[in-house]
Amino acid sequence: MRMNPSKSTIGRRTVLRAAAGAGFLQVASPFVVTARAADVIKIGLDDPLTGTYAELGKNEQIGCQLAVNQINAKGGILGRKVELLTEDSTSTDTGVAVQKAHELIDRDKVNLLLGNVNSAMALALGEVSNQAGVLHIVTGGHTDAVTGTDCHWNVFRVCNTTRMETNSVSKTLFTKFGKKWYFITPDYAFGHTLQQGFEASLKKFGGTEVGASLTPLGTTDFSSYLIKAQAANPDVIIVLEAGQDAVNCLKQAVQFGLNKKFHIAGAQQELEVLEGLPPEARIGTWVFEWYWVQPKVPHVKQFVAEIRKVNGGKVPTARHWFGYASVWTCALVANEEKTLDAVKLAKALENFVLPPEIALMPYKTFYRAGDHQLMPTLYVGHAVEKGPVPEDLFHVDELVQGVDAALPVAETGCHLKWPS
Amino acid sequence: MTQLILFDVFNGLIIGAFYALMALGLSLILNLTGVINFAHGGFLAVGAYLAFTLTPYIGFWGGLIVAPVLTALLGLAVERGLIRPLYGRDPLYSLLLTFGLAFMLEDGTRYIWGPATLPFAIPDWLASPLSSQFFFLTGYRVFMVLLVVAAVIGLFLILNRTRLGMRIRAGTLDLETVSVLGVNTRILRNLNFGLGIYLAGLAGVLAAGMLGLQPTIGSDLIMPSFVAIIIGGLGSLPGTLIGGLLIGVASGLTTVWYPSASEAVIYVMMALILLVRPRGLLGEEGRF
Amino acid sequence: MQRLRAGKVSLDVTVWVLLVSMPFWLNWIGGYTSLGSRVLVMALAATALNFLLGFTGVLSFGHAAYFGLGVYGVGLTIKYLIPNTLAGIAVGVVAGTLAAAVIGALIVRLRGIYFAMVTIAFGQVFYFIAYRWNSVTGGDDGLAGFHRLPIATPLGVFDILHSDIAFYYFVLAGFAVSVAIMAALLRSPFGRTLLAIRENERRARFLGIPVDRHIWLSWLISCLFVSLAGAFYALLNNFADPHDLRWDQSGDFVIMAVLGGMRSFWGPLIGAAIFVVLQDYVSSRTENWMSFIGLFFVLIVLFFPRGVLGMFRRRASP
Repeated sequence: MRMNPSKSTIGRRTVLRAAAGAGFLQVASPFVVTARAADVIKIGLDDPLTGTYAELGKNEQIGCQLAVNQINAKGGILGRKVELLTEDSTSTDTGVAVQKAHELIDRDKVNLLLGNVNSAMALALGEVSNQAGVLHIVTGGHTDAVTGTDCHWNVFRVCNTTRMETNSVSKTLFTKFGKKWYFITPDYAFGHTLQQGFEASLKKFGGTEVGASLTPLGTTDFSSYLIKAQAANPDVIIVLEAGQDAVNCLKQAVQFGLNKKFHIAGAQQELEVLEGLPPEARIGTWVFEWYWVQPKVPHVKQFVAEIRKVNGGKVPTARHWFGYASVWTCALVANEEKTLDAVKLAKALENFVLPPEIALMPYKTFYRAGDHQLMPTLYVGHAVEKGPVPEDLFHVDELVQGVDAALPVAETGCHLKWPS
Repeated sequence: MTQLILFDVFNGLIIGAFYALMALGLSLILNLTGVINFAHGGFLAVGAYLAFTLTPYIGFWGGLIVAPVLTALLGLAVERGLIRPLYGRDPLYSLLLTFGLAFMLEDGTRYIWGPATLPFAIPDWLASPLSSQFFFLTGYRVFMVLLVVAAVIGLFLILNRTRLGMRIRAGTLDLETVSVLGVNTRILRNLNFGLGIYLAGLAGVLAAGMLGLQPTIGSDLIMPSFVAIIIGGLGSLPGTLIGGLLIGVASGLTTVWYPSASEAVIYVMMALILLVRPRGLLGEEGRF
Repeated sequence: MQRLRAGKVSLDVTVWVLLVSMPFWLNWIGGYTSLGSRVLVMALAATALNFLLGFTGVLSFGHAAYFGLGVYGVGLTIKYLIPNTLAGIAVGVVAGTLAAAVIGALIVRLRGIYFAMVTIAFGQVFYFIAYRWNSVTGGDDGLAGFHRLPIATPLGVFDILHSDIAFYYFVLAGFAVSVAIMAALLRSPFGRTLLAIRENERRARFLGIPVDRHIWLSWLISCLFVSLAGAFYALLNNFADPHDLRWDQSGDFVIMAVLGGMRSFWGPLIGAAIFVVLQDYVSSRTENWMSFIGLFFVLIVLFFPRGVLGMFRRRASP
């Protein structure tokens, strides 16, 4: 039993308070804004680095940083050095994403904004950048509204719309695998618009939708949906899940042996998902938005090598390319127009063609004028358990030009309002 | 249609067994010490990742045995250092501390193993269906149910046939008297926590076989576990078991008619139970 | 007693001086005005929650539902009904309060962990409605395409849209009014009754106090102000997101209240300031901010269970 409990308590408290005070000073002093060199051009990336999209956001960041390094090696933008400021938007809290956008724009005074992987955040950030009049390139949020009903004059997008993805692969699925389709759809806009896209294709080709299941986001167990799919006896089970949900769904589908009875396919697929699946689950027909094995396209090998150096030896995925192309777009158009004025840059980006060493795609890659959507190439193919080289998990069967797969501007619902 | 419903009920029981395993560990800790362990999902993730790391060396079965034990050891250390100071205080504090701990565990796993989803493979002979009619009965899922049954039997045996178990049961009813009777309650609570975390680690290894292995693997499973405990009744382990099975079946059945509500239905069930019979199905009146 | 009163008054004065002058000193220490607005919104929500938690002794883990009703109320009103900021706020607050009144009547009999869990249940149901009813709410994509509109007053147009500083003072005004009302209520006989209920419910019941009715009223007031906070939040982001209704958002409010000190009125404000600013600062510095923030919570619970303000209060209480 201690004799003087109060004495030691006060002693401990004083020590703790002193520690807290010292700690606070430590934290507070760097808070004073260090004078940043006024002639540095800042690009702000507002992407998830924690949570379920952490991997995708991180990969986009790596691509962005590589581009920044290359740009600086070539003299920067308008002769000034470029700096990439990254903020974690988190994967689910849109309030934080918006707050970080304000931080980048109001406090850090970035000249250009990039982000987000999460579609809702991409839309919310578009509002912020539009209010502030800052050029904004959406790296990885796929919801159609970004270059559709919620488009803005200052917002451009590098990744595809869901309609582009479904249109690129639907014909192949219909002719090669059959007319009866069953959908397993994640219950958010991304999933809904993918399903709508496929339904439009089915109608055009004369196929039938034998059923559909809406799965809540973050579903861990897909067995009941797969049971339903099997009972409907389709030709193709269309899995529209993304990210973790896709990993869970495909893993379970293969464990059930469904891939032996039905053909499994979908629209968007990513290398991150295939890498997360056990080898026997790497199946299905999908669309990739960019792929690292493109023997006939120049400059791709260099890009792969460069990314390997900063990515722990792993090959780049489409996410790396999204970040890379977004940053380079900013640099190229700014250097060409010799200005940082957002309106002038935005006008110049309409119909802007990405040079081959940035596009890293076989066909002409450009930003469409009416909706600011990039028209890339889409890679239709199938997943393979093991390719000729490690990490080659996808075999490209067909290349589709984005501009052929996309909805005409008039049907996207986009009406750009330029500032007067 | 009836076939679909039967399938879903059957399947729901399988998934429910998994929820029950997770919830049992949580319930064990809650009953004896009143600690609301929000970090349970984090420990599940640790168990899963440890299994992933060990499997290449000692095989899947080795990982299954060793990983939960290692996770339990971590749990013992955490209890000794972080949880012990909180006994006797408002349960709110344990909730907050474990919330912070959950953050640390998620970030820790991301830091060590990276944010990428890692491919965890289960033995081939487990990975295929047992029959083509009941295709969703894969060897792995049957194995999972068997393992949960074994764990439940093991838990039952520990609680009813060993001295430790007897003390835990007594402590759940009246810890102060148990202490007065000369039992070292510190060690008792420590081991009880470890046992609960062992179950979380075990659930983690099982989860890794079914789901994608990512740092957030545990965070979506924590709320359903709490729901299972409330529905089954606070303070009752059999209740928790039944609660877990019930929410599994309810979730599965909902997918037949209104799939997007399959997650929300368990909350509706919980609300109904709380409004009609707050102590849950098998809970004791006046507890908590 | 005199010293106690003087100490409290000086704290009040300090707080208000800091809040009123925030846009001026916040930038100097590396913050930015909208961060200050965010702190205020969260502080209002946490203070509202603490009305129920710290002063009535009832824990709710589902306050985000009413927060969210405020968020969507404003958003839907401005986007589809009346493009008027004040009307939107009114709709949001009414929606949140009505829902709270109905649900409160159902759940007021429960206590402790049961009460907390049933609030989670209702919260999750609202969350489900928010992302499922996507034709109205925009679903998981959230509700975009609306923004706060300048307010026309007899003195001129108060442009809260383009001026961050104007919006900050707008929120501060709302915060001030709410906080004044809550403080006045707590000082009143009604408030004293709530404290009695917190300290010993059984004894309060024996004294003839209608405990359930008081808890329902406390719940109602708490949810009213949390829905006001939600309305401000939607205006801050110019966006409504279903995640605003999830249980982890509710958890954040509880954390802020406990962090700053549940037993003191300004505790939640301090907690919100630390939570928001610390998270913002640390996440800018490192990807591993979750470890640091988690460690911070753990240390606070272990060493400062009465929260930050509780650390100073120790001396003051006789």
